[in-house]
Formats: sequence, C-alpha cells, structure tokens
Amino acid sequence: VAAGPGPGRAGAGQERRDELREELLLSPLPTGDVAATFQFRTRWDADLQRGAVSHYRLFPKALGRLVAALGVRELHLALTQGFWRTRYWGQPPLQAPAGAELWVWFQPTVTDVDKAWKELSNILSGIFCASLNFIDSTNTVIPTASFKPLGLANGTDHHLLRYAVLPREVVCTENLTPWKKLLPCGSKAGLAVLLKAERLFHSSYHSQAVHIRPVCRDASCLAVSWELRQTLTVVFDFFSSGQGKKDWSLFKMFSRTLTDTCPLASQSKVYVDISPKNNEKELLEVSPPPTSVHEAIVQGDKKTYAVYDLLSPSLFNTSRSLNVQLKWKRPQDSSEMPIPILHAQRYVGGYGLQTGEICTLIYNTHPYRAFPVILLETVPWYLRLYVHTLTIITKGKENKPSYIHYQPAQDRRRPHLLEMLIQLPANSVTKITIQFERALLKWTEYPPDPNHGFYVGSSVLSALVPSVIAMKDINVEQSPLFTSLFPSSDGSSYFVRLYTEPLLVNLPTPDFSMPYNVICLTCTVVAVCYGSFYNLLTRTFHVEEPSRGGLAKRLANVIRKFRGVPPL
Amino acid sequence: MAAPLVLVVLVAVTVRAALYRSSLAAFIAERVEVASPLNAWKRVVEGLALLDLGVSPYSGAIFHETPLIIYLFHFLIEYAELVFMITDVLTAVALYLAIQDFNKVVFKKQKLLIELDKYAPDVAELIQTPMEMHYIPLKVALFYLLNPYTVMSCVAKSTCAINNSVIAFFILATIKGSAFLSAVFLALATYQSLYPLTLFAPALLYLLQRQFIPIKLKSKSFWLYTMQYASLYLCSLVVIICLSFFLLSSWDFIPSVYGFILSVPDLTPNIGLFWYFFAEMFEHFSLFFVCVFQINVFFYTIPLAIKLKEHPVFFMFVQLAIISIFKSYPTVGDIALYMAFLPVWSHLYRFLRNIFILSCVLIFCSFLFPVLWHLWIYAGSANSNFYYAITLTFNIGQILLISDYFYAFLRREYYLTHGLHLTRQDGTEAMLVLK
Repeated sequence: VAAGPGPGRAGAGQERRDELREELLLSPLPTGDVAATFQFRTRWDADLQRGAVSHYRLFPKALGRLVAALGVRELHLALTQGFWRTRYWGQPPLQAPAGAELWVWFQPTVTDVDKAWKELSNILSGIFCASLNFIDSTNTVIPTASFKPLGLANGTDHHLLRYAVLPREVVCTENLTPWKKLLPCGSKAGLAVLLKAERLFHSSYHSQAVHIRPVCRDASCLAVSWELRQTLTVVFDFFSSGQGKKDWSLFKMFSRTLTDTCPLASQSKVYVDISPKNNEKELLEVSPPPTSVHEAIVQGDKKTYAVYDLLSPSLFNTSRSLNVQLKWKRPQDSSEMPIPILHAQRYVGGYGLQTGEICTLIYNTHPYRAFPVILLETVPWYLRLYVHTLTIITKGKENKPSYIHYQPAQDRRRPHLLEMLIQLPANSVTKITIQFERALLKWTEYPPDPNHGFYVGSSVLSALVPSVIAMKDINVEQSPLFTSLFPSSDGSSYFVRLYTEPLLVNLPTPDFSMPYNVICLTCTVVAVCYGSFYNLLTRTFHVEEPSRGGLAKRLANVIRKFRGVPPL
Repeated sequence: MAAPLVLVVLVAVTVRAALYRSSLAAFIAERVEVASPLNAWKRVVEGLALLDLGVSPYSGAIFHETPLIIYLFHFLIEYAELVFMITDVLTAVALYLAIQDFNKVVFKKQKLLIELDKYAPDVAELIQTPMEMHYIPLKVALFYLLNPYTVMSCVAKSTCAINNSVIAFFILATIKGSAFLSAVFLALATYQSLYPLTLFAPALLYLLQRQFIPIKLKSKSFWLYTMQYASLYLCSLVVIICLSFFLLSSWDFIPSVYGFILSVPDLTPNIGLFWYFFAEMFEHFSLFFVCVFQINVFFYTIPLAIKLKEHPVFFMFVQLAIISIFKSYPTVGDIALYMAFLPVWSHLYRFLRNIFILSCVLIFCSFLFPVLWHLWIYAGSANSNFYYAITLTFNIGQILLISDYFYAFLRREYYLTHGLHLTRQDGTEAMLVLK
C-alpha cells in the first residue's frame, strides 16, 4: 500500500479531490444474531460525464470509465445470498433481494437505452464475475413509480430507468474478490481486512452492493460530485457461527481483528449499536471502551452507538489489534421482540401444475398512522397473470389501489410488470392475491434441472414509514454513512425499501427423452389421414377380378396337397 | 315439426341452466379440452379487464379474440350465460332449417336422376324416401344441442359456440341459395378463426349447382359467378377488418389473432396434435413444421373439390371435419359441429366398416382425457406422454371416422350407378375394391 501524501488529499495543484470514508456497523439483532454492515464511500469531485478524466486515484477506473462511456447517471448493483427476515431482525439499513439485482438510471443524452443497458450488464458481468449477461428483455422492466433516483436528478423520465433481477444467481468468493479489488486499500488495510471469504459465506445473509450516484458537492449544490458506495452486509447466525452464545466479537465473527487503518481513508470508524431496548438500561457491554458515543435518530428511532475511531491515536496504543467484543450484562428476555412497522411476506398458493396464486401479505403494525406503500411485482412471462383476479383485502374489506400500472407480458419477450400504490390502514394486514396459469415451454427452454422449478424475483415494497421520533436534517458529511444512503425529504418519515421472498414455482414438463418419438408419432397420425384421403380421392371402385393367386397362395396350396386338404 | 324442435330446445336449455348453477361449471370451465387459449372465457374477461385498466388487450399474450368479441361482450358481459345458451339454440335452429332445405334438394335431385335413368335398376333399397328423411333435421338439432361436447362448451362459456353459430348461419345461407348472405357469414367466420376460408370452395360449388351453372373451367358463366362470389366475400372481409381497426384504432389485433393462430406460440395442451409436437421440436425445424402443419389444413380443399364436385354439402362436412382435427387449437366444441351432421348421412350406415370400434375409441378417449390430465398435472404420477397418447388415439379415431364416412359415401354412389348386386364375368358374386 503506497503511503500517499496524507489521507484523502490529492497531489498539489489538483482541484479534483477524492475522499474515502469507511465504516463498519455492528448491530445485535433481537434473535441473538449479529449483523455487520460495511460501507466504503469514495466521493470524487470530478465531472465524470464531461471532461476527459484520465487520472483515477481512489475512484476505480473500471467503474469510472463505465459511467462515462455509457452515460450512466445512477447505478445500483447488489448480489445477495439469503433473505433478510424483517419480521425477526427489524428493518434493514439497506436490503437487497436474493440473487442479483441491477437498476440503472441513464442520462437523458443516451439515445438507445436498451442497447446501453445490454452493454452495461455485459460489462458488469465481466467486472464482477457474475452471470449478469443473462439480463435481457425477458427479465428487464421499466418501473414507473418505484426506484426514483437516489442522487441528484433533474427530471425523471422513467424511460431512462431499467430494472432487472436474477433470482437464481448464486454469490460466492469469486464475486467477492473483484468487489474487494475495487476498494482503494484492497483487503490489505483498514476495515477490509475483516472480509475473509470463509467466514463471510458461512452466514445467514450476505449481500454485497455497489452504488454509484451523483451528489451535491457542497451545501449550495452548484457542482456535482460522484459518489461510489460499496456496502457489504452479513448476518452471522446465533447457532452456527455463535455456537449458541450471544457474546460476539470481531474475532469470533471474522476470525480476524483490526490491525491498522487504511492510509487513504479520511475517516475509518466502527459503530456498535448499544441502544437500550424497551426503555431499559443498557444491557450490552462493549470492550475495549469506545472512543466516543454517538446518538442519532435512525429509521425513526433513537439509537445509541459506541464509536471506535480507528484514526484516533489512542486506539492502538495498548495493543496492536482491535477486537471489539460485545457482552450481555444479563440474559435478555427473548419474549419482547420489537416488531418492525412495515414488513411483508409472499408465497404461492394453489396445487397442481396448471394454475396457482401469488399471495402477498403486508403488515402495518403502527398503532395509529396509516401510510401508502408502492408494490412492484415482476413476474416472468411463463406464469400468465390474470389481472382481473387481483384482489386486495384489508381487514375483511376490499382495498382499491389509488394507482395501478400493469404491463402484461409478451411470450418470450418481456415479463409482467405490476405496480400499485396501496394505502395501508393502521394496525392492519393487507392481503394481495393474483392468479396465474403455468405455461408449457419448449423443451429447450427448460434449465438443466427442470423439476427444481423456476424462480420468481422478489417483489419490491417502497414506503415512507412515519417515524416515532421526528428526525432532524442531517448533514451528509458529518453523519455516519449508514444514515445517509436514502435522501429524506422531511423528518416525519423515513424511506424504506423492502423485498419479499423469491418464489419457486414448478412448471409442467414435457418428456425430454422423446423428441424423435414425438415427431415420428405425430407425423404418423398426419400420414394416416393423408394416406386414407389419398386412397379415397385418387382410386375408384372396381369389381374385383379373381386372381390366380400370388406366391403365398400357391405355396399354401402345395402344403395343403401334402396334408391331403382341399386347396384354397 | 316445430313442436318437437321446441321440446328439444327446452330440454337443452334446462340441462345447460342446471349445469350453470352446479359446482361442475367451474370444473368444466378449466378443462383444457373445452377451453383453448383462443376461446377461453377467462381470457375474454381478462381482455375486458385490461381495457378497463387502460391497457390494450392485445399488448399482452393473453387475449387472442377478435375486436368483435370485445365489442359484443362489452355490453353483454352480465348476460354471458344467456348469450351462450341463445347462441347454441340459434345454431341448432339454423342447422335444422338448413338440413330441412337440403333434404328437399336431395329429394328433388334423386327424382331427377331416377327419371333420367341414371340409376341402376336394383337399387330401390338405397334410394332415400321422404319418410326416413322426415326426422333428420330434428335429429341434427338434437345431435348438436344434446351432444355432451356442446353442453360442456356452453357451460364453459367458450367462444367456440359463437364461431359454430356463424358457420351454421353460413351453411343455412348457402343452402337457401343467397350468395350475398353466404359471403357475409363466411367472411365473418374467416375473421373469427381463419380456417373457414376453406369452406369457400364447397359453398361456391353448391351455389353454382343451384344456379345450374356447369362447373367447367372453360365456361364463362362459371368464372363470372366465381368472381362475383369471391368479390362479395373479400369485400365483406375487408369491411369487417376495417371496422375492427376503428374499434381500438390499431392494427394490433392482426398479429395477436391471426399471427397467433398461424405461428402457434402458446403450447398449452389441448386435444390437438400441435402442442406436444412443437414442445419437442428442434428449434431449427420449428418454422418448417409450422408451415407444413398449416398447409395440411388447406391443401385437401382442391382434391376434395375435384372429387366431390357433385356433392358439395358432403364436401362441406368433410372440410369442417378436417378443420376441426387439424386446426392449431382445437376444442371439443369444434368437433360437436361436424358431428351434428352425422344424422344427415345415416343412410350410409350399412357401408360403414369400423363404426363400432371408432365410436368406442372416441368415447373411451373422451373419458380418459380428464383422467390422464389429472394424473399428470395434479397427482404427479403420470407425465405428459400419457395425455399425448390419448390425443393421438383420439385424433386417429376422428380421422378414421371421417374417412370411413367418405368411403361409405363413395361406395353408395358406385352402387347407385352400377347396381347393388354385382356379379363377376362368370356370374358369381363380386367384391368391390378400391384400385
């Protein structure tokens, strides 16, 4: 690692400053598991769109060239293994659906968005060693209401947006390695030393993401900077990683400890969530003692964090390594698990291989506030949705959505897109059901294991959830990274994007061993018709003349003569 | 004759009304043998729901009905059951009137040929008498209305009933001799499902016969009449298509309806031969075999026209059967239409060779279809080959039935002109073979 002329400062005389901040958030979850969220944010005060930018320092060249060449305004790519259990773990800071998800806003100057999208998915497939090249028109949709830009935007023509999800995509070490390579310090210094593949993939949930967006350079917002955030969220399981004990430490989770900071980072902090639950006194004890304590209102709730500033000189005084340990002062009652205000689940109903039903249940557990939620469903074309069977029932009564955008699928060309704005009354469960028919595909269209089933990508719920405590306006540069990913318009609510479970649906299959047999038998039936009709059309009736008998008859007569029986 | 017909109609309507109210209605509506992607009621409702949402019904791959159906059911959606019952009744009444007229024509022609001594002397038992022909129209109406296939089609509210009704009116108009109405109904039938285009030839032959125009390629009056009829037909077709364009202000319905019928993209199982064939087809040959199968429906027309130019109504029957068997998405409703004509050829019974076996095959296959479907789709203990096998057997049964009737018809014609008791040169009894 080259020691630069000071963290975050570019060479003399350059106006384009880039800055790296890294942060790790450890939050113990109500079920005894622990979630670790890494965020690495590189902010670069350069205009990637115009101007020939040739010197890349902290911002990775691969991504910078991509943004410039293809006219990308915002890019969000997430690769996830597992499912975030909102009901038990609480609202996630940033959730991603199982598999690969890619959504991109293009600049208005891009003329052929579909071509740019195809090129982009192929290039990203190469950069991240993921099969993103399977993104094509059969799994890409253009949402109209969800996925508004998270960065600066002037005008949002939704035809510049593309969204695709590959639920079958598996995440493994070969996706982690190129992701780590994009970090300025790699995995050699700073927080990234903790990212060891054998521990990270031995977890309940692993999600790595890349977010690129333009942001305001300063408060006056006269110039644009580009921000790259790389986030990695991992949830370590209480039973398998924690061996049944609720005490966690960095070494127990990652089998490494923090030894030094990344010299290129201007800020490097570890936050530990020590918020008291249910207004009790602190139950969680952290050691070594933190450098400071930070209080913030995150997702509508007051939270307390113990902060370890890796750049402060006092931290590495006593020992060369930092191993943050979390200990519970007394056993926690597991009966009082807080329920998140908004959570959802989805499942397939019905039986047999002909029809089925997709049921989504959305829970609003706020005691007195109602709020609307936008539901986006993308269903592949081979599950034929019948929108006249769409029913939304809340508290036993029908709930009509105030906005509904439905784009039916075209066979082998595009999937179904259903977007609805549904009002969720306070303290209610909303059930949304829609029926579908399963199609029989051509035998070459089935994956190698056809009886495994076909995946339906997660549906997306976007909502502004009313917060319990009013939030103050945050200054992006001063506050922790995990509070500033989603822009907040006012303090009374916070933005949440939730994903439901992906579904696995079986389709009827033809017999794959029989193409020749089927072709021959069907052609035989057609030939029977042709033959019968040919005979009847081209031949006429004649009186039969007695024939002398063919060879068979003469042979039979010879045998009969030997037997002594009269001839035929 | 009106009273028995009314009685039959009442019984049919009662049966259908009873089934509508029972729990079998939902079960029948889901059956793939009765409802195909082209004429399922669920898809009509879906198309109208899409229209309500502001999306064109043809923008997806669910709705493949013509704009006429949208227009019709936009107003009549609440009375759907009544509409389908009335359609069935109208079809039966149209067939009744058509066959009544046809019988008169047959009788007149028979009388003419007897007087002209065209028949052999010993064929008295083959001649059709008014007595035995008296009940045929009623039997035709009965066969259509009380055929389980028709009843199921009506209870499932499959728009096949509407297609059948249009074809029945076309047959009535042709037999009555009205070229204009015949052309209009034929254009409507072609617009609805494309394959009735092949019925142009038998209709033309019948009308030429009725006008006493000889069918010779050199005759001027033949070509004149043909041109007249063809232009009537084409003009009505163009008018209907343009009216459909103005309904939704787009030509989207043409690839959605006719492109769908011709290119067979949807492989939902049905009683036809196409679905499994194209599910197992090598991608490279897909287009070739689609073309072969579509040509197969159309290319029997000219040879049949040459062979059966004296008997256009039998030609129409055979052509209807070929359409029902080889169309891209057949259902039992299509079969019910040509089976309604079987009483008209009941005088051929003595010459049918395999009627017992074929009727057993058809009945057993009809019962096995839902059983094997259940085993494949719900129980999981069979696979698609079982259902496919029944499809093959059922279609072979139908094909052999039609060719059996064709054989019997040609044989009777031979006997009429050559005598019933054939003797060989040496006086012994002779056998008749096709050579």
